Amino acid sequence: MPIQILMPALSPTMTEGKLAKWLKAEGDAVKSGDVLAEIETDKATMELESIEDGVMGKIVVAAGTEGVAVNAVIAVLLGEGEDASALSAAAPITATPAPVAVAPAAAAPAAVPLPPAAPDEKVYASFKRQTVREALRDAMAEEMRADPSVFLLGEEVAQYQGAYKVSQGLLEEFGADRVIDTPITEMGFAGLACGAGYAGLRPIVEFMTMNFSMQAIDHVINSAAKTLYMSGGQQPCSIVFRGPNGAASRVGAQHSQDYASWYAHCPGLKVLAPWSAADAKGLLKAAIRDPNPVVFLENELLYGSTFDVPDDPDFIVPIGKAKIERAGAHVTITAYSRMVQVALDAAEILKAEGIEAEVINLRSIRPLDINTIVASVKKTNRIVSLEEGWPVAGIGSEIAAVMMEHAFDWLDAPVVRVCGADVPMPYAANLEKLALPQIEHVVEAARAVCYRR
Amino acid sequence: MVAKKKERGASEPTPEELVRYYREMLLVRRFEEKAGQLYGMGLINGFCHLYIGQEAVVVGMQAAAGPTDSCITSYRDHGHMLVCGMDPKGVMAELTGRFGGYSHGKGGSMHMFSREKRFYGGHGIVGAQVPLGTGLGFAHKYTKDNGVAHVYCGDGAVNQGQVYESFNMASLWKLPVVFVIENNKYAMGTSSVRHAAGQELYKRGAAYGIPGEAVDGMSVIAVHAAAVRALEHARSGQGPYILEMMTYRYRGHSMSDPAKYRSKEEVTKMREQHDPIDHLKEKLLADGLLDDAGLKEVDRAVKAVVTEAAEFAQASPEPDPSELWTDVLIEA
Ligand SMILES: Cc1ncc(C[n+]2csc(CCOP(=O)(O)OP(=O)(O)O)c2C)c(N)n1
Ligand SMILES: [Mg+2]
Repeated sequence: MPIQILMPALSPTMTEGKLAKWLKAEGDAVKSGDVLAEIETDKATMELESIEDGVMGKIVVAAGTEGVAVNAVIAVLLGEGEDASALSAAAPITATPAPVAVAPAAAAPAAVPLPPAAPDEKVYASFKRQTVREALRDAMAEEMRADPSVFLLGEEVAQYQGAYKVSQGLLEEFGADRVIDTPITEMGFAGLACGAGYAGLRPIVEFMTMNFSMQAIDHVINSAAKTLYMSGGQQPCSIVFRGPNGAASRVGAQHSQDYASWYAHCPGLKVLAPWSAADAKGLLKAAIRDPNPVVFLENELLYGSTFDVPDDPDFIVPIGKAKIERAGAHVTITAYSRMVQVALDAAEILKAEGIEAEVINLRSIRPLDINTIVASVKKTNRIVSLEEGWPVAGIGSEIAAVMMEHAFDWLDAPVVRVCGADVPMPYAANLEKLALPQIEHVVEAARAVCYRR
Repeated sequence: MVAKKKERGASEPTPEELVRYYREMLLVRRFEEKAGQLYGMGLINGFCHLYIGQEAVVVGMQAAAGPTDSCITSYRDHGHMLVCGMDPKGVMAELTGRFGGYSHGKGGSMHMFSREKRFYGGHGIVGAQVPLGTGLGFAHKYTKDNGVAHVYCGDGAVNQGQVYESFNMASLWKLPVVFVIENNKYAMGTSSVRHAAGQELYKRGAAYGIPGEAVDGMSVIAVHAAAVRALEHARSGQGPYILEMMTYRYRGHSMSDPAKYRSKEEVTKMREQHDPIDHLKEKLLADGLLDDAGLKEVDRAVKAVVTEAAEFAQASPEPDPSELWTDVLIEA
């Protein structure tokens, strides 16, 4: 049967083009791969190759014709043993349009529904005193004991016992096959770990600090976060990227950045930021067990802080559940990581002034526990968002938007953000202090939303 | 038609194997031509990178692959998927963005996966698959499954820093990885002489103690022989190996590239004098392994598979709008 040759689309944007020149005349033999014609697109001149063998039967669109629509018949090719009498029988090649899918209903602008509430945390009976550093180590050790596919890799994690001594004792217990010192090669080992995750292992990647995860961010986002979606659900990657995040002390601009909003922006990731040792242990265990990629933001200044940690082999903190660290009726303060302590300290000062602050430790940045925040604001009608990171497109911006969508009618004052100063972190002691949120900034913000200046 | 895995170790291909290589190369060629045609009809959009001209590389490599070996490559991935045994219907339907595609239409030409066939993508960031594939090698070693990771990348990709990070770790930890550099002479419009300091890319692992060799990537027999050597090295615990496949792509970098950076004579010469399919065809005829009728029969069977794939890819529906929201996270 003769074959119709159609005007091809030769670029993603082409709808019509010029048939510049024919390189085969009627009657010419054509081999697959031969150039039949030159076509001018909106961008360039392209060659049209034949994908069949045969004889050029008829040229339908003459050379020099402009505005030839994509998919118009431009020539007819005769197959082996066919002659021109077959031309009238040329089978139309038609592009079958995809069966039409139902258009999604437009979302109503108002009344954004609340996400489903996160599961409640269990109540534990006995506790032990632990530092955040010990809690993180115990979380990894317990999960590595339970699952042989869990392993830890990063710079100085094995022989040196961790640049911040978080992986103390792990090499001795689990051996060099599972506690792996890497070269200083963040992009490489983050990519390697994602590949191991594709193959079904459960890597824990320690970045010496999250600042260096910028070297590897392509793998965190493109290789870990997006793969499940791009594969239509076929290819998971269970992996934890962890390390100290945010400002330490006097280490300057390149070593003092909060990545919460960077990673929280990305679908396909979970982002956690523990404050207490209990948060650290319970959330890290949950992160390691989670089948998805999790970014786990620790804080160097908290590693040595001591807290009560539930003394129970089944202790775990559900991802997506914020914690009310202090109840109060007059103003809600949200914070994560080290800023939770700043918020609690501010709450003590406010209490003396007769303002009872409710302090919410977010713990999970993505998914954010919107239900807990909204329930609190429905009670207090005021909210201050506190974070160490920069203000622009930060976590506070997100919380302000969430308040618009879910609590607009309950607010008695505009949302106020307390953030790190919108500058790279300075080194000088006085400037560094000015660049970071301090207790008095939070106190002032709370007074402002309570109209108590 | 599904590519079968051959037992590793055997070096000289049998007559049946040669016929199979021919069929597999032809399948890739015809599949890609059909994809080009569907692109021309507006049924495939966006980026679409064809493998035409390079077929011998993946066919020769896979012919030497062991049963637990894994494979990962860049965006020029249709040939790898077909030869790893993935269903042409599912691949073509992904190109048309339909629900019947491997990624239900959510990945596209550059992003398909099959854990069943141990094919790990399909990656759009030049060079990213190299550490990812090194991680597959890490997992082979960790689980002691005796597999080797086949990690493909282009001549342009080997200028990326993460490739050297991977070479270092793969050699340091003696990971079972074969790095296959598909040197098709161009990274988009930039020829290798303009992008690479030193043209012997197989030597780029030398500083890490990784052996490498240049291979005639237009000869499936040469590719297979080199693959047997390299895979044996990696599988026996001696660490990674580099194979630089000297090959050529006939089409533009992607569908919208008019490829004006190279002469028509250069392309014609490669097609007429070095075509991997023509070469094997001549050998099959000369050795009496197939006659004209036999060749026609292979051709007919391959065309039928491709036609069926194209029909499936057009008949399969677009993903339901509800698919927009699925597969972002696994419910824990
Ligand atoms: C990190 C990155 N930079 C740039 C690109 C755009 N890009 C896509 S393919 C390509 C050329 C790669 O050439 P090569 O590695 O030789 O592979 P080939 O296309 O020849 O198979 C470029 C620059 C990209 N996808 N990723
Ligand atoms: Mg190239």
